[in-house]
Amino acid sequence: MTISFQLNGKPQMVDIADGNTPLLWVVRDMLDHKGTKFGCGKAACGACTLLIDGEAVRSCSYAVKFAEGKSVTTIEGLGTHENPHPVQQAWIEEIVPQCGYCQPGFMMATAAFLEKNPTPTDEDIDNNIINVCRCGTYYRMRKAIHRAAQIKAESANPTNS
Amino acid sequence: MDNTNKKKKKLSRRKFLVRGGLGTLGVLAVGTYVFRNPLRRQILSFANSMDMSYMGSGIEPMIWFEVTSDNKIVLHSPKVEMGQGTFTGIAQMAADELDVEMDQIQVIHASTDTGNIDTFSTGGSTSIAGLWQPLRELAATLREMIKTEGAKKLGVTVGEVTSGKAQLTGGGKTISYADAVKDVTAWKVPDTPPLRDIKDYKFVGKPVARIDLEAKVFGDPIFGLDAEMTNMLYGSVIRPNKIGAKYVSADTSKAENMPGVVKIIVEEDFVGVVANSYIEAENAKNAVEVQWDVDRNWSSEDIKELLKVGNGNPSLIQKEGSDIDTSEEVIKMEFGSPIGAHAQIEPNGVLASVETNKATIKISTQVVNLTRKEVAKRLGFKDEQVNIIPTYLGGGFGRRLHTPHAAQAAVMSKAVGKPVKYCFTRKEEFQHDMFRPPTHHILKANLDASGMIKAIRHDFSSGDVAIDSAILPGFLNTILGADVGAIRGGFCQYGTIPNIRTVSWHVELPFATSWWRSLGLLANTFAWESFMDELALKSSKDPVSFRLAHIPNDEAGKRLKAVIQAAAEKAKYSDEVVNGRAMGFAASTDAGTPCAQVAEVSLENGKIKVHKVTCAMDPGIAVNPDQVRAQCEGSIIMGISASLYEKMEVTDGELTPTIYGPYQMALMKHAPKEIDVVLLQGIDKPGPVGEPPLGPIGAAIANAVYRLTGERLTHMPLQA
Repeated sequence: MTISFQLNGKPQMVDIADGNTPLLWVVRDMLDHKGTKFGCGKAACGACTLLIDGEAVRSCSYAVKFAEGKSVTTIEGLGTHENPHPVQQAWIEEIVPQCGYCQPGFMMATAAFLEKNPTPTDEDIDNNIINVCRCGTYYRMRKAIHRAAQIKAESANPTNS
Repeated sequence: MDNTNKKKKKLSRRKFLVRGGLGTLGVLAVGTYVFRNPLRRQILSFANSMDMSYMGSGIEPMIWFEVTSDNKIVLHSPKVEMGQGTFTGIAQMAADELDVEMDQIQVIHASTDTGNIDTFSTGGSTSIAGLWQPLRELAATLREMIKTEGAKKLGVTVGEVTSGKAQLTGGGKTISYADAVKDVTAWKVPDTPPLRDIKDYKFVGKPVARIDLEAKVFGDPIFGLDAEMTNMLYGSVIRPNKIGAKYVSADTSKAENMPGVVKIIVEEDFVGVVANSYIEAENAKNAVEVQWDVDRNWSSEDIKELLKVGNGNPSLIQKEGSDIDTSEEVIKMEFGSPIGAHAQIEPNGVLASVETNKATIKISTQVVNLTRKEVAKRLGFKDEQVNIIPTYLGGGFGRRLHTPHAAQAAVMSKAVGKPVKYCFTRKEEFQHDMFRPPTHHILKANLDASGMIKAIRHDFSSGDVAIDSAILPGFLNTILGADVGAIRGGFCQYGTIPNIRTVSWHVELPFATSWWRSLGLLANTFAWESFMDELALKSSKDPVSFRLAHIPNDEAGKRLKAVIQAAAEKAKYSDEVVNGRAMGFAASTDAGTPCAQVAEVSLENGKIKVHKVTCAMDPGIAVNPDQVRAQCEGSIIMGISASLYEKMEVTDGELTPTIYGPYQMALMKHAPKEIDVVLLQGIDKPGPVGEPPLGPIGAAIANAVYRLTGERLTHMPLQA
């Protein structure tokens, strides 16, 4: 079957025998976007989190056929070195990553979360960012999420900054 | 260490690292870092608190460094980067001796073809400490070599050349390092120059940003599972669910007809599937019907029984004065820790390409050399025919000190004549981990009339850590008499106690256990420091001064006392419960690095909540204080996870659970709101960092809970 969707703002068409193939493997192996990670295959760790129409989705458990007509954003489409997303900027400022493997999933989850809750409390963060990091970078991540919210607010209202 | 110029070798014409339009700079030796008797040293080093010096084959600057035509220094690291920050630390060390800026140095993993091979492993918190002296000497020597060549081009003497920002200035002219060294065919070898004073360094000791930061923030394809090759296929290897299951036979007929299947490979020791995609390989694997022979359906109760102190083989590893006096009052407590999983987020995986006479392997591994040897052996190749290209690791934690999957992928690649990539499923990760062994501890003590400890005895039982590991010589345990990994943290660090006995009991478990970040330290310190807390209360002393009173005034003792005092002062340690919060104190010395922690804890709806952890550690010189702090923060959170939540069970012969969630780990909500790290510098060199801060956290939390509830939690996970 043929499935069409937007990948990081560009039209993408994939021809795949099994439409139930998880989007994760289509993005990684067919479309060569390796920033979305395989961690568990059961939507339990969040390493594969990407955005579908702005919603954070664990792509290891999302059949590619459901992406038809939708807009998929991966870490490669979140921001660029020249123009980082506020979440990426904050992650750099706080020097969050250690091994780094889970970080794209966390950043994608955070990007979606801040759209809904632009001024989160610690408790909001604790209750909504529920991916797994084995290196234990949560402490810096929590700071970085607050910082990202601040950067986002400043860029939305430059005169208030 | 023999690192002088005495062993200067003749220049050779070996070619390494041709890249970026600039040929290799040639090769020379400035000394050797290969010990005359590495095995002996290795053993002694292990015995001496795991303080390992660097052991590798790369003794020549040009194996380590290249100068590219765009005037960058590329450092080919034989140590792998798994999050611990080694790449950043060694870049700082090299940049300061090479006179280049941080953005002028890149660090990449040395492939084994370069000849720069760490013959042991990346682990044991030894990378920065071990490379501190040799790497700076290599960098300083290269700087002098570049200056010598540059002086000729500038038409001045070497003494008139100054270096900085990868440029040389002399005689009123400035040229780049790249210009200085291009066209060089024969080098003048300087004596190893003296190293600079540490206080003159621009980058060492400064919190510079990780050099892999942007790659990791923008999702660059740097990990093992991201590797690709042209015409690559996907493999999968069948693994049993049950402990001790032996392969009998496989019916592959159904799987052979599954979509996308290229080949089913039946070897004596494994069955593999190769297909056109990951999903097709997994689906076909699940369609193979394998007969397994299972002798016994193990249970958690069986393991607990095996593990009891007294049931294994004892080794007396510490003996001062007499044994405990049982005619007097004996204070006795028992502790335990569960089977722990590594649970690193990047599953084990490998990409192998085997051709007629050579194999290329891309892999996340902590044992580059061992991986190479295992692949070579399996293929009947010489080591030199196998090139291991290490990648960034999506977490290591000791799990990647075992890489038999590399040889399996090589076999599959050879069978299909194409590159094959394969990785573990998460269930396979959990059931076929090389687990942290469960432990059982019995601690006994007598106090004297003044409340000081008169005699103390620690008996602890553990499955394998080092024993049977392929990275150590097999006879190591018979030399030391005990598992050198399991004993870590097991010794009594309170050296003024006149009578001490420590006995390590080794147990053979029916499943594989091995290296897990900090080895025995996590469980041993939990037991020791919980017991010390109890003894302090029994002697009516506060836990800080009680500990201090039992530490000798030798160098190690002074450093341990200093971190204990620093942690207590910074946290304003108090035995009082204030606003429902209590503090718990604990300290340990691991691999020569002392660390003390104070955990501030409350109970919320009956659940332990860790609000703040104060951590004082003396790692010696902190090459990158920010990354030392990051290691403390990460260790504390990993330690909270392991101490409070994590536990593998054995149910009807299977290790469970097999997925995150049911295998409960610390999440964002469990991370303390505040982690206050105080770094001391009690020695003038960098010491181990990545594991020592895992020691105290479990006992610090349990000791705080005791102050809240009067109940002493003696078995991890504490929040069971």
